[in-house]
Amino acid sequence: MTGQSGLGWIDILVILLYVIATGYLGWLGYRGTRSAADFLVGGRSAHPIIMAVSYGATFISTAAIVGFGGVAGLFGMSLLWLTFLNIGVGIFIAFVFLGEPTRRMGHRLGAHTFGELLGLRYQSRAVQIFAGALVFLFMPLYSAAVMTGGSIFAATQFGIDFEVALLIFALITAAYVVPGGLKAVMYTDTLQGFVMITAMIFLLWYTYSQLGGIGEAHRFLTDMADMVPAKLQAIGHQGWTEMPAFGWGANSYNLWWIVVSTIILGVGIGVLAQPQLAVRFMTVRSRRELDRAVPIGAVFIMLMTGTPFIVGSLSNAWFAQHGPLLKGQVEQVMDTEKDRAMVGLMRQNDVGAWTPILGKDEKPAVVPLIITTREQAADASGESFELVSGRSSIITYVKGEADQIIPTFISTALPHWFGIIFFLAMLAAAMSTMSSQFHTIGTAAGRDLYEQISRKPHGSEPSLLAMRLAVVVGLLVAVTISYTVREGYVIARFTAIFFGLCAAAFMPAFIGGLFFKGVTRAGALASMSVGFGVSAFWLVFIKSAEAKAIGLVQLVTGGKPSLLADVPNWPVVDPIVIALPLSALTLIIVSALTRKPDEAHLEQCFASASNRNRYRVSAS
Amino acid sequence: MLGIPDPWVIIAYLGCILMTIVSLIYGLARRNAAPDEVTPIDRDWAIEERKADHDL
Repeated sequence: MTGQSGLGWIDILVILLYVIATGYLGWLGYRGTRSAADFLVGGRSAHPIIMAVSYGATFISTAAIVGFGGVAGLFGMSLLWLTFLNIGVGIFIAFVFLGEPTRRMGHRLGAHTFGELLGLRYQSRAVQIFAGALVFLFMPLYSAAVMTGGSIFAATQFGIDFEVALLIFALITAAYVVPGGLKAVMYTDTLQGFVMITAMIFLLWYTYSQLGGIGEAHRFLTDMADMVPAKLQAIGHQGWTEMPAFGWGANSYNLWWIVVSTIILGVGIGVLAQPQLAVRFMTVRSRRELDRAVPIGAVFIMLMTGTPFIVGSLSNAWFAQHGPLLKGQVEQVMDTEKDRAMVGLMRQNDVGAWTPILGKDEKPAVVPLIITTREQAADASGESFELVSGRSSIITYVKGEADQIIPTFISTALPHWFGIIFFLAMLAAAMSTMSSQFHTIGTAAGRDLYEQISRKPHGSEPSLLAMRLAVVVGLLVAVTISYTVREGYVIARFTAIFFGLCAAAFMPAFIGGLFFKGVTRAGALASMSVGFGVSAFWLVFIKSAEAKAIGLVQLVTGGKPSLLADVPNWPVVDPIVIALPLSALTLIIVSALTRKPDEAHLEQCFASASNRNRYRVSAS
Repeated sequence: MLGIPDPWVIIAYLGCILMTIVSLIYGLARRNAAPDEVTPIDRDWAIEERKADHDL
């Protein structure tokens, strides 16, 4: 399916207005107070709404909306558990329990990057370099996910090739992040946040109203369970309003493990140790501001993730009711009462005869169809047959490509003007997230890697050059990944890989360092090494989707996609399930066996009131 | 309930709304509960952060 193509003058006007408004707010910001740090320097406070929406705009991107929304279209509403965790863990636990300790410790130690916070807490250059390297090397994967999401949406909305959309998207990103967009201009972030909020509220309302209301929409979707593609049914898909089948020891439980371990846990828990989000807590003025941001953040995240997950799932119902008619010949009757059948899709050739449409495997495409009309037609040999017309789930229309679901739904089901607004919302979501990502990549390369390895002071010219180079390199790597890898639900998978890596490598050392004085430098370093090492091993040798793409495991196993390819379920279990507990256990055991940090340093980290100059130390 | 037969999905659906309400109540209840002061340490940190931001 392709979307509506072309741009009318109204579309161009809307885009221009948006760009001018963003530019004006950015200019206003540059003239005066522009970032959270500026507010803090001035001893003032950013309005909690501005703070929370700007944080949320950093958190939510096209990866969440297009990528995970598309996964919901494929797997169903079980993904709402991720929204639950995003609100409960990503907002509530993060703001209420982690925000203040991170802010306090960061300020006392004078840390300005996530790696620096860990390095100063554990008095270890190695810890800082490790954290900086991981961020610098793997965050471009997450940036690629965001970029792919935006490019797919633009390609579908405007009917252009993905490659062209990616090039345009990359140029816009470069124009935004390279000259100065890296500075967190909170007003523009907030404008972008409000564009996103408006778009999501309309999208949710429109979708439910098109399907006859909340209950009716859900009931119709529930009734479509038999329309789930056979491949998905085989791994445990029970319908879009049901959890996948749960169990262990058979391939029919694979989907549960994919959804729960990779999609829900990987991202839902991993958010706590996201370097670019943890650092945001340091820019907050006080505990009171964190408390005030909780409700706004929760509403924002509910709309930004809940809406695409619900709409992604319901897009199946919309297409089954209103999608373009598909035609073909009945292969197998599924339900006579509801007139549903597996239908071999056909198209009319130049001379008017009906011929089969071939699928990706060059075999006739057979899909589940809700039949609406029947008529007589002639095939290529001139023989008469019953041609049926009907509609299917969105999965049929996007040929199983999850990343296409949200863009296709928006461009087909919603008014064209909304597609433009939604595109701007996507652009906004991508830009606010990517400016934060590239800022993190730049500071990781400059402060955590270059300065620590070369032992040069903060802010030296070579260090600044390293930062700027890192931003450009990160952008190029992200574009290359985005251009090269497209198969499967790649946006959600890239995001989950990065979140999972951060969780396994950083979370125990980060949380342990914030709350427990007994956690040692050796414990932190060992925990980070184990978390990263196990995750990397799992991705390269066990988790079949990633291992197969990387290609090393085939050399070891003689062509199999996983070391555990013959054992059900293990090849779809996410590394976080193994790596995070091992990383936490390592932190506890090694810390118990190694020398505790000296009291003076702990006082510096944890004291309630202190003088920063008294406590400021260099990493040893 | 709500046309969703699976209790686990219903729990997630309503849980999102409930969690948001809990967050709203928390934010309102603690609106002015925590202290709101900018210490010299906070200010020094912000000055350095602004410089780092500006350099990049």
